Amino acid sequence: MSQYYPTMGLEIHAELLTNSKVFCTCSAEFGGEPNSRCCPVCSGLPGTLPVLNQKAVEYIIKAGYVMNCDISRFTKWDRKNYFYPDLPKAYQISQMPRPVCLSGHVDVNVNGEDKVIRINRIHLEEDAGKLVHDDVNRISLADYNRCGIPLIEIVTEPDFHSADEVIAFFEKIKLLLQYAGICDCKMEQGSIRCDVNISIAPKGSNELGTRTELKNLNSLKAIARAIEAEIERQEELLDNGERVIQQTRRFNEQTGETVAMRSKEDAHDYRYFPDPDIPPILFTEEELDAIRESIPELPEQRVRRYVEEFSIKKADADIIVGDKRICDFFDAAIAEYNNPKAVANYIIVELMRRINLGEADMDALKFGGKEFAQLVEFMQNDKVSQANAKTILREMIENGGDPKSIADRDDLWIKEDSGALAAVVDEIIANNPKAVEQYKSGDQKVFGFFMGQANKALKGAASPKAIQDYIRKKLSE
Amino acid sequence: MELTRAKIRDLRKALDAKEIGAAELCKEYLKQIEEKDGRLLSYITVTKEKALSDAENAQKIIDAGKASALTGIPLAVKDNICIDGVRTTCASRMLENFIPPYNATVIEKLNEQGYVLLGRASMDEFAMGGSTQTSAFAKTKNPYDLERVPGGSSGGSAAVVAASLAPAALGSDTGGSIRQPSSFCGVTGIKPTYGRVSRYGLVAFASSLDQIGPICNDARDCAIMLNAICGYDRHDATSAKVDTPDFTEKLGQPIKGMKIALPKEFYEGVDDNVRACVTDAAKELEKQGAVLVECSMPGLKYAIPAYYLIACAEAASNLSRFDGIKYGFRGEGRTYEELIRDSRSKGFGEEVKRRILLGNYALSSGYYDAYYKKALALKQEIIKEYNDIFEQADVILTPTAPTPAYKIGAQDNDPVKMYQADICTVTVNIAKLPGISTTCGYTADGGLPIGMSIIGKRFDEATVLQVADAFEQGFVPVSPKL
Repeated sequence: MSQYYPTMGLEIHAELLTNSKVFCTCSAEFGGEPNSRCCPVCSGLPGTLPVLNQKAVEYIIKAGYVMNCDISRFTKWDRKNYFYPDLPKAYQISQMPRPVCLSGHVDVNVNGEDKVIRINRIHLEEDAGKLVHDDVNRISLADYNRCGIPLIEIVTEPDFHSADEVIAFFEKIKLLLQYAGICDCKMEQGSIRCDVNISIAPKGSNELGTRTELKNLNSLKAIARAIEAEIERQEELLDNGERVIQQTRRFNEQTGETVAMRSKEDAHDYRYFPDPDIPPILFTEEELDAIRESIPELPEQRVRRYVEEFSIKKADADIIVGDKRICDFFDAAIAEYNNPKAVANYIIVELMRRINLGEADMDALKFGGKEFAQLVEFMQNDKVSQANAKTILREMIENGGDPKSIADRDDLWIKEDSGALAAVVDEIIANNPKAVEQYKSGDQKVFGFFMGQANKALKGAASPKAIQDYIRKKLSE
Repeated sequence: MELTRAKIRDLRKALDAKEIGAAELCKEYLKQIEEKDGRLLSYITVTKEKALSDAENAQKIIDAGKASALTGIPLAVKDNICIDGVRTTCASRMLENFIPPYNATVIEKLNEQGYVLLGRASMDEFAMGGSTQTSAFAKTKNPYDLERVPGGSSGGSAAVVAASLAPAALGSDTGGSIRQPSSFCGVTGIKPTYGRVSRYGLVAFASSLDQIGPICNDARDCAIMLNAICGYDRHDATSAKVDTPDFTEKLGQPIKGMKIALPKEFYEGVDDNVRACVTDAAKELEKQGAVLVECSMPGLKYAIPAYYLIACAEAASNLSRFDGIKYGFRGEGRTYEELIRDSRSKGFGEEVKRRILLGNYALSSGYYDAYYKKALALKQEIIKEYNDIFEQADVILTPTAPTPAYKIGAQDNDPVKMYQADICTVTVNIAKLPGISTTCGYTADGGLPIGMSIIGKRFDEATVLQVADAFEQGFVPVSPKL
């Protein structure tokens, strides 16, 4: 058992889902041919001026509200000056003393335990471009497409003491931002990024140790691994009587180790000062109220609604709401077939099972909630058997299409053939006199045995209800 | 056609009456430039081909009967205002080959009227200086005395108008860069209220102080130019959402009863010639019925440090983008650091580097509160003192510069003395006010022009122009002999 206690704080960068960039009208979409989404303004040509995108301001205010922050009535922008080839103006427009959002908090559940994480501040800034290094020709190329994409930086208080807490909080923030329509939170595209400030101190100590900052954490897994590795590294240093040096470190996914990038001594003096090109903003209460009211339903409210209105189990509602894509899919499905419980159930037991098996990909699904709902409805109304429903779903996953066409084409409907039903069930009863005896002497459990045998032999030729009724009738004769 | 001190409005009449064609007028100016600019060095680039095609286009508009105030009028544009496809150097080696792919908003507005671009007027490098001697390409001379400076930073713009190498020019003014050269060259130049003219496309020196404005032969032409270039612009968040009046409206109205303040600090420590001249001008205005108001601006003594801290801090940040990576001068180096160090060391001149160092020093951690923050507090004090004066006066009358044009090289070795020479103009930028400089006399010995400044309330250019015009109507200017 370690004698040290780790303390962590996060800096989360999230790109806003605005159509255009934060200071010009270029598209803020991800990707594109290098330098195809930039203009004289975002590539910093001399004489050009930034004009603030009001949508971006609206989004950061929403972010502030969903994280229970105080929204500053007066806010302004500052220049953070440093030279780097991906930063064409050689300064980043950001916010220093007057961020839009201050002192909020977010509740998280970590392995069943409730915890409150305090938010220090959220501010709005512009993203930088990207450098592409060509090691063969030994040149570096700059792509400014990402330059000027609006970014919010969420800074937490040092309220974390384990990787689990960090992951739980980060997942919660992702959900909040997704549901509020602020950020798509695609870590793999860099639309949300997380830096971890981390220090350790002897247990029981009131003072914090020297911290390091972990950067370039590209996945949840990397965050957790990097934290573990860094705690271990710092513990070893202290155990050996050495000191932790304040520095920025990068996580190497291959070796699983953190590597020093730069120390405090080479830290930039950013020479922050108010940006004279962007006038400060004063918000009115009416403007803020209108923005607050426009925030869509958040995850917790949605879980509550599903439980209360649809009588879905809390655990199931948590699963569905826990992935915004699934949740949107669910909403589309119940709009088609208003049987939330059945739809939720089939999503969880069948669709998510296949996603977890890697058979289906939520980002590249070939059918919508509507088609899925039709399939559930067919099952509920005894139009297709459970076994055939699985077959249809597999076909939909592989090739798309709607369940009716697939069932028509592959002859997967229940036919309610009473002749076949009678023949099959009569034979089963005739061949199993012992089971019949058991049933008649009050052992209800064997009924399932008859159902199973009949289902298997009928292969969807009759609905479960018809089978059940016929067996019951025969056994009571 | 007689081009000496030709007014925009006279050229307008001649063009509309078909006494002269736009191309012919343009060629006459080009001929003057060819004859005289070799000595004057007022243009960095003469855009001959574009001028002729602009003139051809203008003539079509005139022939169609759709001419507006500036259709076919040849103009010079300071070399820090971006013009699509036209080299814009800021008089710096750093931008020697920079051709912007876009127009400044003022150029868009001039294009709508069908103006004719004669060329790019020289200036101090990145508008930093008061002599045009820091220009990397054309160290302009004063048309009244070729051994003297034309002032700056819009020295090229003032010199072309004084020498009749263009009837009017665009300049920019951060701390006096339109008014002081207008004073030195005996012409009229106005710095509009901050926010009146879009800064989009003006290569920034100090963003909170910069403003584009015209330099012309008189206040009436300045009013015509302002009518063309003013107005809110959605590309500049600092441009003001205010109505643009017709700036010619108040011209010719009597100034009887108008209160003109003379803050005594502006008259202390200035050249005797200058003080006498401006004081005489005040008396002339009094004769026309204006009421002179004695007043004081104690904060003026802090104006120079406050101005240079703010201006240099903003400049240091604004000029950081010139790193030799994307455009402009590129030095040598194996690493990024080496490359930008070499590019900036060689691409910038001494004065620009001095101001970048000053600005970065003022902003650096540990010094910010002592310098930059204090300068912002002084700015508020200066604004307050102006407000107090405007409680009791309609306009303020001051000298434009402490001296007439000085000899080339006279201030080269003393930057602090050079900065002190901006004392009469910088507060107008700090307080975001409109200010005009017009000629009020000439030195007895050398015949050098002396300028006075009329400063108005925010967005009250019309009154400033009215007072300048009232004085000009009884004043006979002397043209330089070149």
